[in-house]
Formats: sequence, C-alpha cells, structure tokens
Amino acid sequence: MLVLTLGLAAAGCGGGSAASGAGGASSVRLVAYSTPADAYAELIKAFDGTPAGKAVSFSQSYGPSGSQSRAVDAGQPADFVHFALEPDIQRLVDDGKVSASWDQNQYKGVLVDSVVSFVVRKGNPKGIHTWDDLVKPGVEVITPNPFTSGGARWNIMAAYGAQLKEGKTPAQAVQYLYQLFKHVPVQDGSASDALTTFTNGKGDVLLSYENEAIRAQQGGASVDYVIPDQTIKIETVAAVTKTAPPAAKKFLQYLYTPAAQKIWADNGYRPVVPGVTGKYRFPTPPQEFTIDDLGGWDKVMTDFFDPTKGIMAKVEQSIGVSTSS
Amino acid sequence: MSQPAASAPRVRSVNPAAALPGLAAGTAVLYLSLVVLLPLAALVWQAQAGGWSGFLHAVRAPDVQAALKLSISVALIVVVVNSVFGTILAWVLVRDDFPGKSAVNAVVDLPFALPTIVVGVILLLLYGPSSPIGIDVAYTRKGIVLALMFETLPFVVRSVQPVLLELDREMEQAAASLGAAPLTVFRRIVLPNLLPAILSGGALAFAKALGEYGSVVLISGNVPFSTQVVPVLIKGRIESDDQAGAAAISLVLLILALVILLGISLLQRWGTRHDR
Repeated sequence: MLVLTLGLAAAGCGGGSAASGAGGASSVRLVAYSTPADAYAELIKAFDGTPAGKAVSFSQSYGPSGSQSRAVDAGQPADFVHFALEPDIQRLVDDGKVSASWDQNQYKGVLVDSVVSFVVRKGNPKGIHTWDDLVKPGVEVITPNPFTSGGARWNIMAAYGAQLKEGKTPAQAVQYLYQLFKHVPVQDGSASDALTTFTNGKGDVLLSYENEAIRAQQGGASVDYVIPDQTIKIETVAAVTKTAPPAAKKFLQYLYTPAAQKIWADNGYRPVVPGVTGKYRFPTPPQEFTIDDLGGWDKVMTDFFDPTKGIMAKVEQSIGVSTSS
Repeated sequence: MSQPAASAPRVRSVNPAAALPGLAAGTAVLYLSLVVLLPLAALVWQAQAGGWSGFLHAVRAPDVQAALKLSISVALIVVVVNSVFGTILAWVLVRDDFPGKSAVNAVVDLPFALPTIVVGVILLLLYGPSSPIGIDVAYTRKGIVLALMFETLPFVVRSVQPVLLELDREMEQAAASLGAAPLTVFRRIVLPNLLPAILSGGALAFAKALGEYGSVVLISGNVPFSTQVVPVLIKGRIESDDQAGAAAISLVLLILALVILLGISLLQRWGTRHDR
C-alpha cells in the first residue's frame, strides 16, 4: 500500500495503456518494459490470427522495467509481464503475485535474448572494437546510471565479465569499472534518455542492448554498432501472474512458437527457440557469457548494486571525487 | 462577522458559508487531508521504517550529501535570478503597453503547461551538444540552473503581478513630485510593497526547484557527486529497492521546503507588523 506512493511516482512517466474492445471474450493485461512495444503490436496482431488468440483483447502498459515491476507489485492489475531482467520478476514471486515455478520451462523463463553492444558513430570514426578501446584517452562512453536504470546493470556486468573472459582477476575487473566510469561524462536516467543523449551528439560510444541499436538504426539514427568478442547474453524474462486467465498462458505459449520468435527476430531480438532466423544476423560472440557465470542476479545485486555498499556505489564515489572540483 | 439581522428580517443572508460555517471548513480539511496530508504522512511513515539510525544512515551517505549541496545551491541561484527577472517581467507586463502584451502574458504560464520531460528534451536540443545557436550547457550545473529557471519563472511573475496592479500610484507620484529620482521611488516606495510577493514567489520557486525531476534528468548528465540532483538520486534509491532510503531523502527535501515556506510567511508577518 505505502510502496504505492513512491512506486507510482516512478511509474507515472511510462504508464500509457490502451484497451481494445472487450466483447465478452477474455482479455489480457500486458505489462512490459519499454522497448518491446513495437514488437508486441505485431505479436498481438499475429496472435489474433491463431485459433488460441481469437477474440482475445489486450490492454498494454509499457515503461521502465523496474518501475513496471514495482507498479504491478503495488497493485497494478497484470496478467502477463515481460521485464528486462530477472530480479523484476523475482520481486513479484517474493510477494506471491507470480508462481515460484514461473521459470520451469525449457527456456528457464527467458523469452528473448540480446547482447550488450557498442553503439558508435556512423563509420566508427574512433575505431572502437574492444572493451580496452573504451578506456583509451579521449573516448567518451555513454551508459545510463546503473542505480536509476535497472536495465543498465546488464552493461556493467558485461564490462566486468568481459574482463574476466580476457583473463583478468576479479580485482582487476573491478579496477576496469573504475577506469571505465572515468570515461562516462553523462549517466542518464534510463536507456532511452541515454540514446537521446548519444543521438544528440554527446559521446563516442553508447553501451546498449543490441536490439535497441538495431531499433535506433531502423529509426534513422546515423549510428553503427559493434558486438565485442566478450559480452553478456541479455536474458529478458516473461511470466503470467497467478490470477491470469487461460488466454494469458496461451499468449505466453504462443510467444515461444517459431512464428512468434521470428517476429521477435525481425524486431532485433535474438530468438531463444533454436533454428529461428529473421532479417538480421545474430553472430554469437566468441566469448559470450551469462549472468549465471557471474554468480546470478542475487549475488550481483548485492555485490555490485547495493546503493551504499556495492562496488558501483564506490565506483561512483571515486569519479565524484575527481570530477566535483 | 455577519450580524444576525433580527431587526431587519427582510434582509437574507447572502453568505452561504456563514450560514453553514462548519461545512466549508470540514470540506477544506477533508480535501487537504486526502490530497496532501495523508500522502505526506505515508512518506514520513516510510522514512522511519529503518528507525532513526536507518534514517541518518540514508541521509548521511556521501552521495546524498553531495546531491543535497548541489540541489540547494542551484535552487538558491535560480530563486535569486528569477526574483530579479520575474519582478522585471511583472513590471513590464503591468506598467508598459506594447503590442502583443496579452500574448506575452499568456506565454509566462506555459512552463506550467508543458510536460517537464518535454522541457528537458527541448532544452537539450537547443542548448546541448548540437545546439543550433552555439550554446552548449548540457551536462553541467549551468544546464541544471537553466532548466530550473524555465520551470520556476511563473512563480515570481504571478505573485508580483497582482500586487503591482493594486499598488497605489499616487504614492509614487507624490514621491516624484517631491523630487525623488525614479530609482529612489522604486527603491523606497515600490520595492518595499512588492517584497512580500517577491519573497513568497521565490519560496515557491525554491520548493519547486528542489523537487524538480523531469526537466533536469536529461540535461544534467546525472553524474553522482557532480551533476546528480536529489530527485534523480531518489529515483536511483527506488530503483535499487531502497524504499526507506528514498523516503528518508525525500523527507529531507520536504523539511527544507517547509522551513523556507514557513520562514517566508513569518518574515512577512513580522514585516506587516512593523509597517503599521
């Protein structure tokens, strides 16, 4: 109840929902993070053309992943949820809104993948290819503040894990984060703000999900993107709530069909179902790793993103000392 | 207030609120409670969830201290600048006549109407790295001040304007006829009359500047210890599932705003008592 006062303040900015006719048939309330909105427009249309999707209506709500999760936690009605990272579903599991067995499917609850990529200026004028290139003198890196943007935590873990893959020790990998953040002149509040900042001309590299880089290109932004050899596989997760009608479950099942996964692929997301291809090439980075390789979200959240004691809190403090003069 | 018109029974009460004295007050209290007091009480409740030590721990964190310093200092700068220019603007709108005056008058309120995030986007386009007019203040404290100046301009203008309209010009004319220079007239006659309105407009601007999020988040760059204002930091605490911390820091902002608003109204009461 009380969480609502603060939770809604954060959720308010991304609310927007639209309901289509009820017609007595079942309806599904979809709550998701911001970027898949375009994909869902196509997916819902395609679902409507299947026997299971006949006469199912949808109400849709999109916003920052953490805000959306908190809104549902605070009571926003939801049947189907899709978030950028697993802790946003775990929050709902902890409060009994989503069954603890939500990830008991072949794909462990992961609906679509992506990877952390480097978005660069058209033609890559600064020749950015590796994580080491990001910390060269004169290179400016844009990434959202990992405390205000839950989704940006993937970027940090990509940077950290890449160092381990390059053979560095955990201590050296943390040291890299200190170095990296000396090159970050702007820490936007969200991924979409960061994209605005980058397309407005600030910075040489934007750390971003591959699907958002593709979407920016589709939208006419004059950018290229580079997938580093070592990067993290971003796993976005979906589930139905405990009170969801059968239609929501059928929708979730539908999203795992090759037809639906192809729509995801055509929107720049990496399909989880093997053998599905779309109009984009999704080369697997030679040294790809997952969040589980780094100990899982539970551990990472405490070690890195505790707002006062986490590694990132200390990193922020160190750059503050050097820039506040 | 209204004398019962026992001797003149044909005169009916023209003040329904006086006829139902309890209703207006009751409605006011209920409305204020539901809309303002209850949410504020909920905030205080959340802020004390971690106990006194939890509150202190949340508020004393180094990033919070840095953000508070930044937010307070930019808010003060904005208040001073907007008090001066808001008063000038109000003066021009009341005392001068020029074509398009009513249009300008309407424009003053637009900062209230625009969604703050739109303000942020527009300011970034205009005064950011790809500025068409060659001014780039984005991702600096200057950018924050600029955004807050835009957002809080109406407060001083709108509180000074009505006072200026009501101001008795005979006093000024008398002073001028006695040989006072225009600047002296302004300083000795006009300004003392406007001061309470400037102060209360400034106090509102200060409170708004402390809490502003949408227009600042894009242009400030949000680098902790450098350009991160308190509301953005609070968003970070919420996003890190530290609700109690977020509420504790919000409470500090609330207390600051309350102290300023109360202080101004005390100052005004003191001023009026010494005037007469």
